[in-house]
Amino acid sequence: MNATRGPERQLEEATLSSGPSENRGGTTVAGRSPAQLTWLRLRRDRTAVISGVTLVVLLVIALAAPLIEWMYGIGPQDQFQHALDRYGMPVGPGGGVSGEHWFGLEPGLGRDIFIRMTAGMRTSLLIAFAAATITSALGVVAGTLAGYVGGWVDSSIGWFIDVALALPFLIFALAVVPTVSLRFYGPREAVPAGFQVAVIIGIFAVFGWAGTARLVRGQVVSLREREFVDAARVSGAGLGHILFRELLPNLWAPILVSFSLALPAYITAEAALSFLGIGVLEPVPDLGRMIERSLGYLQTDPAYVFFPGITIFVVVFAFNLFGDALRDALDPRSTR
Amino acid sequence: MGRFLLKRSFSALLTLLAVSVLTFLMFFVLPRDPVTGMCPKNCNPERLERVRQELGLSDPKVEQYLGYIKGIFVGRDLSSAQGGYCDAPCLGYSYVNNEPVSATITRVLPVTISIVVPAAILWLSLGIGLGMVSAVHRGTWLDRAAIGFALTGASLQLYFVGGVLLLAFTYHWGIAPVPHYTPFLDNPVDWAGGLVLAWVALALLFSAIYARLSRAQMLETLSEDFIRTARAKGVPRSQVYGRHALRAAITPLVTIAGLDIGAALGGTVITEITFGLQGLGRTAVDAVRSGDLPTIMATVLVAAFFIVTANLVVDLLYAAIDPRVRLK
Repeated sequence: MNATRGPERQLEEATLSSGPSENRGGTTVAGRSPAQLTWLRLRRDRTAVISGVTLVVLLVIALAAPLIEWMYGIGPQDQFQHALDRYGMPVGPGGGVSGEHWFGLEPGLGRDIFIRMTAGMRTSLLIAFAAATITSALGVVAGTLAGYVGGWVDSSIGWFIDVALALPFLIFALAVVPTVSLRFYGPREAVPAGFQVAVIIGIFAVFGWAGTARLVRGQVVSLREREFVDAARVSGAGLGHILFRELLPNLWAPILVSFSLALPAYITAEAALSFLGIGVLEPVPDLGRMIERSLGYLQTDPAYVFFPGITIFVVVFAFNLFGDALRDALDPRSTR
Repeated sequence: MGRFLLKRSFSALLTLLAVSVLTFLMFFVLPRDPVTGMCPKNCNPERLERVRQELGLSDPKVEQYLGYIKGIFVGRDLSSAQGGYCDAPCLGYSYVNNEPVSATITRVLPVTISIVVPAAILWLSLGIGLGMVSAVHRGTWLDRAAIGFALTGASLQLYFVGGVLLLAFTYHWGIAPVPHYTPFLDNPVDWAGGLVLAWVALALLFSAIYARLSRAQMLETLSEDFIRTARAKGVPRSQVYGRHALRAAITPLVTIAGLDIGAALGGTVITEITFGLQGLGRTAVDAVRSGDLPTIMATVLVAAFFIVTANLVVDLLYAAIDPRVRLK
């Protein structure tokens, strides 16, 4: 073997060669599963590594928000009115950036922006993950059923997909969220944060499943006629077995990609809802509402607009990059 | 073609009906009492009762719904407090705006159309152009710059971009006027000036998505046999890219563009709020905030109408562009 080649290169060659595993350069190389191949490809992709590491850091920050709070010594509800001038504007450069307040203070209430952002990220990510998981699960079930069973099941699910996709999301959400809250809590009662979060996730679930369902349905229709499905059917496998043991393993790649691209979409959508004032309510910190509040200070305190705005951009950007890289890594035809 | 058109129109109509039933159920069945939301501030019990009577809220729900639908198609009688007879596209009467909802819609719809149509032209030409150029020059710095732009744009938030644009162009440099709407026929220059920031913001975000899509489509097309054949026949490069490849690559984009434009016409909520323009989206937001149910219902329906119509138009366009679809 060529001695200048790195071990990883040899590994890849071993995977690509269809023959039985050979003994090369003294190391035994076994065949690789598609998952291992994907992992290998991801690790080679510089964009994937950078965006992946960024995501892990962001996730850790979001999960460790209470720990960061403790180390930072400031809570998201603490107010620092004394650091504001008499117009309620933070004193100092960049909206009151200092060693004590890393990203400065909110005008008016004087809360610490950095700690509110870490806490806000936790809210956003929690909602996005929950929504993406639920919509993917619903979409996969509906899509596989429609694609595999066909007939009237297919047409009725297809029609539901059409209706779900025809509903104007923002306007509908705008109308439904307050209505549902009003149904369970009176106009004077405070709506608990957990309830509001559940309503938002529910809204995403009602709208989001259709896209995944349509994607999965298309895949299933093309898989349905393949020999391995016929073989399973002839050997007497039940519907559940065919759906979950035969079809589903072949659908992981598109599902994973749509899941990973749904995450930034839900982060964006949740921020948009909060921006419109129907997302997560005060005092729970949230990125979208921070931007909504900050836009009122566009001229007087631009730094307040930029910190949350850029943070949300970085989060969505990293998710988008990683989703793209994952798609390439999962696609056997991609040449990288 | 005729049968195809008929079948698609029928299913579009069915979808719209479903949306209308859903919206109706949502607003008239779900909340405890729609009237409290509908009546402006300082409502006394007598007035509430009168509103309830006028709206026919004590009638069976099915009857209420049928009345609403009948109003849309042939018009219907409303009580005198609601302006008497309501003409054909009757969407009810708003107690908050004190006018028929159809009057509100006809007032705000031109604003949304004026935002969306020029912005769509801008984002389509910019996005597709960029995608084509980067596909043709694959792997060069130009390509990488285009990909970078596309990925950045796809991750930006409209309210943030809008805020930054406003800050820079209106407040800081004073180049662009404060966003406002003047009807095109009154003063085209003022019309464009008042909306240009909204167009730019929308175009920045959407063209990024189209650049990415059209680049991928173009790369796929360029690797196909008919392109090689055309090149081998001696067709000039520019003609191969401009005619043969572009036409094949653009077909899937028509679908997405149609759906995006349809959805945007239903109300560019965030854009309108960010730039303070009173279009369909902002009207919907205002209606929700003031609990103006007839207006909420109307905006949802109009938005759904645009989405469904866009779907239909896209299907027909698709058949017109791609001969393979027509054969089926």
